[in-house]
Amino acid sequence: MDMLASLLPAGIAVHAPALIVVIPLIMAAVAAFMPKGLWAWGVTLVTAIAVAVLSLNILGQVSTGGVISYAMGGWLPPAGIELRVDMLNVPLLLLVGIVGLLCVIYALPSVADEIAKKQQALFYSAFLVCFAGLLGVTITGDAFNVFVFLEISSISTYTIIAMGAGKDRRALTASYNYLVLGTIGATFFVIGVGFLYMATGTLNIADMAAVLEQNGHDRVTQAAFAFIVVGLGLKAAMFPLHVWLPNAYAFAPNFVTAFLASTATKVAFYALIRFVFSVFHPEVNFVAMSFTWLFAVVGVVAMMVASMQAVFQTDARRLLAYSSVAQVGYMMLGLGMGTAAGLSASMLHLMNHALMKGALFMALGAFALNFGVRRVKDLAGLGQTMPASSAAFTVASLSLVGVPLTVGFTSKWYLVTAALERGWWWAVAALMISSLLALAYVARLLSAIWMETPPAGKAGIAPARRLAPWMVLAPMSLLAFANIYFFFHADPLVGLARAAANAVMGGN
Amino acid sequence: MSPHLILRVVSKLLIPMIVVFGFYVQFHGDFGPGGGFQAGVIIAVAVILYALIFGMEEARRAVPPAVVRYGAALGVLIYASVGVATLFMNGAGEPLNFLDYDALHPDQGQHTGQHYGILLVELGVLTTVASVMLAIFYAFAGRVPDIPDEEW
Repeated sequence: MDMLASLLPAGIAVHAPALIVVIPLIMAAVAAFMPKGLWAWGVTLVTAIAVAVLSLNILGQVSTGGVISYAMGGWLPPAGIELRVDMLNVPLLLLVGIVGLLCVIYALPSVADEIAKKQQALFYSAFLVCFAGLLGVTITGDAFNVFVFLEISSISTYTIIAMGAGKDRRALTASYNYLVLGTIGATFFVIGVGFLYMATGTLNIADMAAVLEQNGHDRVTQAAFAFIVVGLGLKAAMFPLHVWLPNAYAFAPNFVTAFLASTATKVAFYALIRFVFSVFHPEVNFVAMSFTWLFAVVGVVAMMVASMQAVFQTDARRLLAYSSVAQVGYMMLGLGMGTAAGLSASMLHLMNHALMKGALFMALGAFALNFGVRRVKDLAGLGQTMPASSAAFTVASLSLVGVPLTVGFTSKWYLVTAALERGWWWAVAALMISSLLALAYVARLLSAIWMETPPAGKAGIAPARRLAPWMVLAPMSLLAFANIYFFFHADPLVGLARAAANAVMGGN
Repeated sequence: MSPHLILRVVSKLLIPMIVVFGFYVQFHGDFGPGGGFQAGVIIAVAVILYALIFGMEEARRAVPPAVVRYGAALGVLIYASVGVATLFMNGAGEPLNFLDYDALHPDQGQHTGQHYGILLVELGVLTTVASVMLAIFYAFAGRVPDIPDEEW
């Protein structure tokens, strides 16, 4: 950790919390100036490397020196905008930074295939704005600032999803649906923040919590809680509010799906945890009620219904998108336990799920890149024609089911332990049934890939093996490898998840 | 004789004044109502009025779409680089934070740096807002052909 903390010279390290948001924002403008997609990609890559390094440095700083608070413009909190990093948002910064970097490496061949040449530079520019927005939501300590960054990331997300229209025009309606629902979500969230401001007279998250503790929770704060949960729940694809997600993931460019699936909903989920635990106190009556009767119930229903829906999908990416909704259900269940163990299991699953879904969507992108396949039945025989990508896909999908020797098992194990600790046998049963359903939809994909023969090409010749470009293979294999590596070396991720839970729950 | 002569003459008179008023709103922004957003919209309106009266082609020649695209990015760059500049210009010897405008001018008592800072930032806002307004206008207006003069 000391090594990470001294990764950057002190002059830069002091400003790391600001720079990690500002650099992508500036580079987004620079990328828009670039005449060619390749150059804009270069700018994006440099940015992603800088962000990954900064996030590692911030991890080092927080684990050696404790909470970082950075006053924007020298205006001290609570009046000014504060950037605040503690152990809860460090994992998210790392996740966005490092998975973001891998996705950017993957982007070049994938974007060159899917986006019109003229639009590539602007596409990267919009992606960087989204990147900056996600990092901003994660790092800020100001409730209204969360809204601003949430909108920055969402609006650019609508754009980059719509750019899938080059391959499939349905991307436009998918993006429009997401725009309408996302805007409603953001409105709910900002109304909630407005109520909180009314009740507390401050926008700083830490200050809000202090005022609420002093004044108690009245009707206004209860309304604020409801609005914020609905708003952020929509962004995080909490079960009944997830309807925007399957189409958005299915029709966006592959790179965008891989990036969003492993970061965007996670960041919204983090914001939800931040508000539920840091602003409202988990021991207050209505918050405690919401754990059992809202988050846990919604989580279990999502695990069942979304997994069931996933089994019957014909489009491979839509299938995985429904599975994402189900996995958000696991995280909601962990949150709903309301214990430190539950929350840390939830955080662990959040990180592990990013590893799985990143690799899975990247592999589907590789299949689409080489053979243009999107439907489940078109995956037939890819095990013979693209063995490397198929292997990565297999590892990640086994991890999704929760097979031992993969991280999926680790996080489900922690979830089950946390549920038993709470005495929730029904939750354990739900986890088992949902895992079986996951096995069912994953089996559909894997049997198509490995058991069936590739469709004969012209004149009955079986298609030859086709290797995906190394820029696709490398990040994908790395993520797939991480799925196994972190099973055997679970300590770093489990440690991060525990520290995150303790940061908001107190205790050790 | 060209149709809608009066419109053309009047708008020729008005357009420069709209732009001047836009700049008034811009520079008055740190004392009263106004600022980059409003000023950017007003300046964009001048060009939009020009396009309405003289046609899209003329407007595109006056303010090419490429300028609009780069203008939008340039504004963000101005805005953000003011913040970054404050990181490098250490005011009064001690390191200042991102966007701390006090670094921009040594006169700490009057907070002259704060004035400079907000003016520069608003300049960035003006550039981006004006460009984006025009970009939206071009995108929508470019979809249907201009109404030929005979059909008025």
